[in-house]
Amino acid sequence: MDFTFSEEQLFFQQTVADFLADNVTPEQIRQRWESEHGFDDTTWQGLAELGAMATLIPEEHDGLGLRFDDIIMMIQACGKAALPEPVIDHSFIAAPMLAQLQAEQPSERIGELLASMATGEKRVLTAPMINPYLNFAEQADHLLLQFGDDIHLIDKSEIEFDRAVSVDRSRRICAVKCKPNGSTCLSNGKLGSELWQATLNRGALANAAQLLGLAEALVQQAVRYSCDREQFGKPIGVNQAVKHLLADCAVKIEFAKPVVYRAAYTVAVAPNRADWAVSHAKVSATQAAQLAARHCIQVFGAMGYTWECDVHIWAKRVWALANEWGDVGFHKNRIHEWLVQPKALLGPEFTFGRRNIRDVEAID
Amino acid sequence: MELVYTAKQQDFRMEIRDWLREHVPVERLPSFDTAEGFAAHREWEKTLAKGDWGMVTWPKEYGGRGCDLIEWLIFEEEYYRAGAPLRVNQNGIFLLGPTLMEYGTEAQKSRFISAMAAGEEMWAQGWSEPGAGSDMASIRCRADRDGDEYVINGQKIWSTRAVFADWVFGLFRSDPDSSRHHGLSFILVPLNAPGVTVRPIPQLNGLPGFAEIFFDDVRVSADNLLGGEGEGWSIAMSTAGFERGLMLRSPARFQQASKKLVELYRSRRNDILDLSIEDAVVQCYMEAEAYSLSTYQTASRLQQGAKIGPESSCNKIFWSELDIKIHETALSLLGPRAEVEDSNAPDQALVSAWLDGFLFSQSGPIYAGTNEIQRNIIAERLLGMPRR
Repeated sequence: MDFTFSEEQLFFQQTVADFLADNVTPEQIRQRWESEHGFDDTTWQGLAELGAMATLIPEEHDGLGLRFDDIIMMIQACGKAALPEPVIDHSFIAAPMLAQLQAEQPSERIGELLASMATGEKRVLTAPMINPYLNFAEQADHLLLQFGDDIHLIDKSEIEFDRAVSVDRSRRICAVKCKPNGSTCLSNGKLGSELWQATLNRGALANAAQLLGLAEALVQQAVRYSCDREQFGKPIGVNQAVKHLLADCAVKIEFAKPVVYRAAYTVAVAPNRADWAVSHAKVSATQAAQLAARHCIQVFGAMGYTWECDVHIWAKRVWALANEWGDVGFHKNRIHEWLVQPKALLGPEFTFGRRNIRDVEAID
Repeated sequence: MELVYTAKQQDFRMEIRDWLREHVPVERLPSFDTAEGFAAHREWEKTLAKGDWGMVTWPKEYGGRGCDLIEWLIFEEEYYRAGAPLRVNQNGIFLLGPTLMEYGTEAQKSRFISAMAAGEEMWAQGWSEPGAGSDMASIRCRADRDGDEYVINGQKIWSTRAVFADWVFGLFRSDPDSSRHHGLSFILVPLNAPGVTVRPIPQLNGLPGFAEIFFDDVRVSADNLLGGEGEGWSIAMSTAGFERGLMLRSPARFQQASKKLVELYRSRRNDILDLSIEDAVVQCYMEAEAYSLSTYQTASRLQQGAKIGPESSCNKIFWSELDIKIHETALSLLGPRAEVEDSNAPDQALVSAWLDGFLFSQSGPIYAGTNEIQRNIIAERLLGMPRR
């Protein structure tokens, strides 16, 4: 039983965090807002060069063959930086979906696509039915589109984009229209359904890890402001009413972290029984991030309600991600469904399943 | 990260499970806030000690098993799963024990720890005074040095279980000219010493769980000083203090309660319920599990040599508020039955257990440092907000 991250995992996270600190500043994010596509190729390429996009791709397709728990803190770091580019969807949602498909029914075409995804040369994003709006779909070379249980790989040229404007200007969302057919279909039936189920879990978990990072960034900024901003001759942070707003956020974040990390481990070692862990992660992280957005705007006072103050870069991402890959209601319902099953394993001795998360008897 | 129990850990789980199956009393013991219940719980502590289960993390020479924190968590999971009696000597084993291990002399350790682990001596704590609650540094109760003895004068209050306990530990002002957290000493006082008066204070449930302790020229040997004279504050606030914070309320307690809550909810699903019930049940179960995961994470980190930090202040807020939520939700499910403390109804034991737990849950955000004080600690030490 070891619930800590390894040196390598911590190092990988730190490398990405350092890159983002230099390359994704609030000023640079605002520059993207003014640009036509809001997409920065240098950032995309930089993260590809660090290896981020190769992490979940198997070694035989030029990837690093890592597990979801190896990269979960990297996603958290992307959230903390409010990274606009869809690196997470490409690398940690679309890539493992294709890798899983390739393992089940290998094909040369998908193998090559995976190799070009690992270097960031080709961009692939997912289009699951649960998300009506897709972020940066216009910047993708291909979309992995859900149609019932089917998985369709659709080329950009075959897609009609219906743009919408997100409250979060860093997100470039659109609805997509296309005509999937037999030739675009990669998989269907039981395998398709299983792959979409696993993809929903990876999506919701990646979303939860970003929300955790966003919450941390919000609290850090509010703490800094509470030390600098003076009223009545003292920093506003000396007031208990202000302290307690942020302490409550810290408590929520502190108890969302291990839930997110456990879900990452479960997705890595027992993807078929990860629903409960992932839903728990999504709910906890969303609640923590929503409280952080609310309380941190409050700490900034009138400044928090302005366009000029950077807080809304993070707050609006929270509000957008809260409802992507299943909102809190969707995920609480999944937990509820499980809790009312007479055969659910409940109680202190089952935190990690019957014997452990891998145990085949665990949640059946 | 490998969230798998080793074979040794599995064996340990089965060993304690088997032992508990044979030894846990079938009938729920009466409340340990009554003389009869206290005696019954004292007997249970002795039974535990005979099986070497008194305090599994302690070294073997003090009646423990030298278990690590993961094994401690497993022990706690099985303990609550089995519905074993609450630990009447928790002040001793969870609070004083670890402090004695860290600061006690060899003589003190062999004198006090073994007796504590054997269930022979029960401890009360003496921190608060009428004028020193959240502001504990304003302690006034005096311990004046007189040769080989201290002479204690003053008053302590909110001493849990002091009515039936054998000893009290606490902070006393040993330097009369000192102020605030200077000049305080950590002293162990036998409650049967001449000059000690213990007056019960009924708690919210009407039972004498609290006491005031009056000290009138009480003489105790200077051997009962823990650590150096005047160092009491830092001992009370030490690393051991943080670890006590980890061990005071183990996650298993809340996981077992939320499991019972889910069972109660399943049995009432066909009734017309408060619209927020589903949500509350889901939330309680999730939070109990989150507390468990967080504790496993902390235990893993500590085992790899990390020090517990100010993030542990988050624990108390989290579990105390969760405890209230679990019990409020249960009472809501019980509806009009929830107010009934005693009756001939067949489900009265179930109702009484929830009602007892609900009343007790009201104390959680207050004891061991109010949640408001914990929030200040989090803001200042974890987040780095300005003190003044």
